[in-house]
Amino acid sequence: MIQTIFSRPESLRNVSTHYCPGCTHGVTHRLTAEVLDELGVRERAVGIAPVGCAVLAYNYFNCDFAEAAHGRAPAMATGMKRTHPELIVFTYQGDGDLASIGMAEIIHAANRGEKITVIFINNAIYGMTGGQMAPTTMPNQRATTCPFGRDVNYAGYPIRMADILSGLTTPSYIVRANVNTPSGIPFAKRCLRKAFQYQVDGRCFSLVEFVSTCPTNWGMSPIKACEWASSDMIPYYQLGEFKTPDDPLPEGLKTDKGDD
Amino acid sequence: MARVLMKGNEAIGEAAVRAGCRFFFGYPITPQTEIAEYLAKRFPEVGGYFIQAESEVAAINMIYGAACTGTRVFTSSSSPGISLMSEGMSYIAASEVPVVVVNIVRAGPGLGGILPSQGDYWQATRGMGHGDFRLLVLAPASVQEAADLVMLAFDLADKYTNPVMIIGDGIIGQMMEPVEFREMIDPATLPKKPWALTGAKGRAPNIITSLFLDPIVLEALNQRLLKKYRRMEAEEKRWEEYNVSDGMEVLVFAWGTMSRISKTAIDELKNEGIKVGLFRPITLYPFPYEAAGEAIGRAKKIISVELSTGQMIDDVKLAGCGKDVAFFGRQGGIVPTPEEVKQEFLKLIER
Amino acid sequence: MPIIKVHREVCKGCELCNYACPQQIIGMSKELNKKGYFFALVKDPGRCIGCCMCAITCPDVAIEVGVRGTRYMLFEY
Repeated sequence: MIQTIFSRPESLRNVSTHYCPGCTHGVTHRLTAEVLDELGVRERAVGIAPVGCAVLAYNYFNCDFAEAAHGRAPAMATGMKRTHPELIVFTYQGDGDLASIGMAEIIHAANRGEKITVIFINNAIYGMTGGQMAPTTMPNQRATTCPFGRDVNYAGYPIRMADILSGLTTPSYIVRANVNTPSGIPFAKRCLRKAFQYQVDGRCFSLVEFVSTCPTNWGMSPIKACEWASSDMIPYYQLGEFKTPDDPLPEGLKTDKGDD
Repeated sequence: MARVLMKGNEAIGEAAVRAGCRFFFGYPITPQTEIAEYLAKRFPEVGGYFIQAESEVAAINMIYGAACTGTRVFTSSSSPGISLMSEGMSYIAASEVPVVVVNIVRAGPGLGGILPSQGDYWQATRGMGHGDFRLLVLAPASVQEAADLVMLAFDLADKYTNPVMIIGDGIIGQMMEPVEFREMIDPATLPKKPWALTGAKGRAPNIITSLFLDPIVLEALNQRLLKKYRRMEAEEKRWEEYNVSDGMEVLVFAWGTMSRISKTAIDELKNEGIKVGLFRPITLYPFPYEAAGEAIGRAKKIISVELSTGQMIDDVKLAGCGKDVAFFGRQGGIVPTPEEVKQEFLKLIER
Repeated sequence: MPIIKVHREVCKGCELCNYACPQQIIGMSKELNKKGYFFALVKDPGRCIGCCMCAITCPDVAIEVGVRGTRYMLFEY
């Protein structure tokens, strides 16, 4: 009598994806689907797909989905969550979508404390459009728009979104996990489950940044890409929880209306 | 319902509330900020929700998201902010979800000035964003008409699952006139939309997207949109004819505020025994070409008067099929007096 | 007694399962699947410990893990 202990989650459709072999999008898609299943929220989940490699994410999940303009997913999510707070709204965004064109939208959604969950895939490059430099590209890393390597004197240093968003005062859950090592994946899933649980509890904004790989545009095999992410990305993009909604607010901040 | 004296912007906000809209996402910009300010106070009374977005770019995407869930929602802005909404409008039109957008036009181009203008006619009827799509554009000329058209806009947006724009100007937004509102619609009584993203319980997931990489599918979408616009053209043309008669000396084309000024000039000329008529399109898209053409046939001369360097004049020429169309306009936010406009009509008659 | 099954037509030959397996019992086939990839194969099924590392690392959910009898939970997932 064989008991299955690992199989495809219900929230992930049984279709072949267009992602490159070894691309960790497949892992984060599966983790998201597993969490939706485990929390029992598939039937009230609405996902928002980005412009990026995951632009066709709506073909892979078994829940309602919308396609946002580049970078605008947090704004669409705001519109959805504010009009229908019972929905579990999540966005799935890449480096260009979230940290470049969508920088204003993500910061303000986090600052307003929109009770949505943001899945941020950080693979230090623009994948879909063929490997251009991203705000998250590492110094000296080659990309098609910095063919001699990212020059920090010209393009600045990479942006660490989890660090930036954790600096906002509004309570939120901000965490960085990694999916490029087998041992990182269970931790990543725990973070993602916690992030969605905060939304189910109606508590706060949550963002999980996943250090991910892009073997094709990094010009490496999937295994080498996983190793490069460990050696070159993780020392800079530190893993761990940056902020939880239980963190104390700044001293002396008056938040009650007081006497009029 | 009693008649109340209300500012145009506030009347627009109240009309949206009466239409069953309970959500507004917008950004301040003169001369329409009062819409947001009024709703910030009014919405809590009816269980509504107002969010000040971080930019117009965010605002249009917030209403796009809200519209995907099947909720009545609107935003408002003024010319530079409407430009920022172009991308969102194209996405909304391609995804075929209903939204209402209000443009209280200010003088441009660029940052321009805050005084009234009609320089966004081309933007609204032709250039609202990339790709082959149209907005249904309604142009009120009074506070009462603005309130009525806002309520109509929500119904038309739902009927055609297309964005609908109400285009006014600073005068309509800022002036106070008596207005009477229709009965309040309870949003819970509005019909449910089967395509909306409300959670895939007991049904297959719904997907709302504007991405169609397969050219055959994308052409089919464009053809479907075209059919929709043809239906709009057949069923939704609205206009007003004022003092139009056979043998008119001049037929004036004007919309919005300019039509009010023209009417005063026309009345004065009528008292002097000179026959001048006004054709006022209420739907800028679909433009009432046939009715305009008929009216043009009954006049000796045609003039288009606009608060711009001449944008509606293109549509008048299309309607007139080759007949000469004169133009008078002021720009920069300068609004001509009825006397000035009357002199232009007289000059045209002399020519 | 754990058993893993690799779906040969789903596999894209990325070799991450190979990388993840602590027992090093996964290798790549010598023949191509319909998509043109050298798909993963279990070389030594007897030594599988049912840790599911291959399955959780696989980006394409190409691996299913089953057990007959006792199952050892090696980490919370």
